[in-house]
Amino acid sequence: MLQRLSHLLGTENLTSEQIAFILDQAKPFQEFQRHPLKKLATLRGKTVAIAFFESSTRTRISFTTAASRLGADTMALQAESSSLKKGESLIDTVRTLEAMRPDGIVIRHASSGAPEFVAQRLEIPVLNAGDGTHEHPTQALLDALTIRDRKGKLEGWNITILGDILHSRVARSNIHLLTKFGVKITLCGPAMWVPRDLEKLAPGVRVVHCIEEGLRGADVVMVLRVQTERLHQPALAPDEYIAQYQLTPARLLLAQPDALVLHPGPIVRGLEIDSAVADGPQSGVLEQVTNGLAIRMALLYHLIGGAPADAPHPAKDRANASD
Amino acid sequence: MLLIKNGRVLDPATKTDATLDVLIDGDRIAQVGANLESSNGAEVFDARDLIVAPGFIDLHCHLREPGGEMSETIETGTRSAARGGFTAVCCMPNTQPVNDNASVTRSIVERAAAAGTVRVWPIGAASAGSKGEALAEISAMKSAGIVAVSDDGKPVATARLMRQVMDYCTPLGLPVIDHCEDPSLFAGGVMREGPNSLKLGLPGIPAASESICVGRDIEMALLTGARLHVAHMSTAGSLAYVRAAKRNKLRVTCEVTPHHFTLTDDDVRYDTHYKMNPPLASRSDRDALIGGLADGSIDAIATDHAPHHPASKDVEFDRAPFGVLGFETALALGLTELVDTGKMPLMRLVELFTTGPARVLGLERKIAAGEPADLTIFSSDHTWTYRTADSPSKSRNSPFDGRSFRGAPMATIVGGKVVYRRT
Repeated sequence: MLQRLSHLLGTENLTSEQIAFILDQAKPFQEFQRHPLKKLATLRGKTVAIAFFESSTRTRISFTTAASRLGADTMALQAESSSLKKGESLIDTVRTLEAMRPDGIVIRHASSGAPEFVAQRLEIPVLNAGDGTHEHPTQALLDALTIRDRKGKLEGWNITILGDILHSRVARSNIHLLTKFGVKITLCGPAMWVPRDLEKLAPGVRVVHCIEEGLRGADVVMVLRVQTERLHQPALAPDEYIAQYQLTPARLLLAQPDALVLHPGPIVRGLEIDSAVADGPQSGVLEQVTNGLAIRMALLYHLIGGAPADAPHPAKDRANASD
Repeated sequence: MLLIKNGRVLDPATKTDATLDVLIDGDRIAQVGANLESSNGAEVFDARDLIVAPGFIDLHCHLREPGGEMSETIETGTRSAARGGFTAVCCMPNTQPVNDNASVTRSIVERAAAAGTVRVWPIGAASAGSKGEALAEISAMKSAGIVAVSDDGKPVATARLMRQVMDYCTPLGLPVIDHCEDPSLFAGGVMREGPNSLKLGLPGIPAASESICVGRDIEMALLTGARLHVAHMSTAGSLAYVRAAKRNKLRVTCEVTPHHFTLTDDDVRYDTHYKMNPPLASRSDRDALIGGLADGSIDAIATDHAPHHPASKDVEFDRAPFGVLGFETALALGLTELVDTGKMPLMRLVELFTTGPARVLGLERKIAAGEPADLTIFSSDHTWTYRTADSPSKSRNSPFDGRSFRGAPMATIVGGKVVYRRT
């Protein structure tokens, strides 16, 4: 029996059944994005608090749009304009939001563990939209959906994650999620960003510091953005990084001929990835963005809508469409 | 007059382990012997099935006064210390203002005397404002009552300053206590670097951050001949340096906290009661520390009692201050983790709380006629549950809240006065 989710804090504690269920539920929402009228009434009357304590464009727009297409209202908090600047603590800020009676809260925060901290103290569902260098579960779920669509299945692939793994919440969520499906993960990047101990995160993870070795035979290559703003140590000179670790068309030839290339965005063209790869036929970058909407709609629907797992899917029920 | 009857007297100084009576007259021990008569209407304390030890000394605590009274005061902190069986506590100088001059030292000593529970032995700052630049007013603070110097909370800033502090303190007979850490390796870390810090996505502090500074300080102790005491030591690498220094007859001592011999970095989760500095160490480091506590390489157990008021800890992990409470769980953790597990005999544990820390300060501690009547009476089998809500401390930041223990302090006697008695 499927264990019902009360929050989405990370992929580490999701079961493979729960993950498969979320991906299945996202499928009809994927098709729904092509409808001319993109509005459901499923969450009409519900309110989703979108609390971003760290700046973000794409994830915030994606969650806001997902809520809106389900018919929910949103209330947005952004760090720049919030009372945090006046010294209010996180717990006081979210309790204030909760007092306005939202039905769920989406949180992005620069501190690892902040969504769990909030979930332990509030009564409403908490969705992690990225916490520090810990997890970004909706990104991993949309990546999984993209891989499943393009490659036909999730199980058994060799997947290489390239870049600054140490500071990447996207990498952690992907490692936890994919290894539950027997995926072999290769982590590749400069040694100070890819410590050997990462191999202990999950079974089937290996660390490689040479990009040629890291790419050889890969079925999927995930390229991470070089997150200079999160570094606690002197960053590598960009030219060094480009010379050693940029994903170029020539290097991509080392991977499987039909290897899929993913990137969580925003892309820094010419740094971590060559434009010819980012825009090439093997790239799934724009599908990732669309799939992000579908995944977030599925999660909001289940966490906030409170429908039983076997209820008819709202995107298949046209009577549900609002005017 | 107070007659403590039929207790098991455990005194590491005299290697005594026998059922004896202890007669206290005023603030001194008058007589120790079997079957002492209760004369002159002396009050009798029945210590049957209990252990009578020299008064426990804590080399490392934070009483937060002056300046941090929201978290603790000398009055609340010393009451908590008495509940933990401590008869004397050394409070670190990182108050506001910093205890870097005689007037702050005197005010701490006076406030402690007014509180009237356990003895408070202040530690003075090594540098003015603990800023790592000029020396603090060390000799004036010594006259006012400090027992050591330290810039605790951070390391003595440079090797050059450490050399000056050591040179200056040696003729004064003061040990130099250092919080060993390399700031460039510490670099914003909030827990020990390792597999769990990688999983939690929390910035890690490598173990070498501590040992590299221990190595530096030992070099300076070799150069100056000073007494160096390594505070809250947490890694096997540091221990190796200290062992080598002891083999070379340097005057180097060290302490370990109960949380470092009990917990490891694997226990850390997003709960700020697991955030302290130094951070919880790896399992192999923890096991090495237990080895050092047992074989005599480590001189003392010190609590690093570090109260932080609840609101300051009810925040995101990386934004919380470092530190946990320590007084009331120290003995019970020692009994549970070190003695009940067979890692060391009870006598050795008592030594780590009594004669061990006394020697670090250049003091003697024993149960004998004429000695100050500071005694800790404890049970090794009393079962109880630690609840921070019951603590006289103003703070609640302990990872051991709700934990059940076997063994507890039953009475704390300071200068002949019973300042705490478990009911």
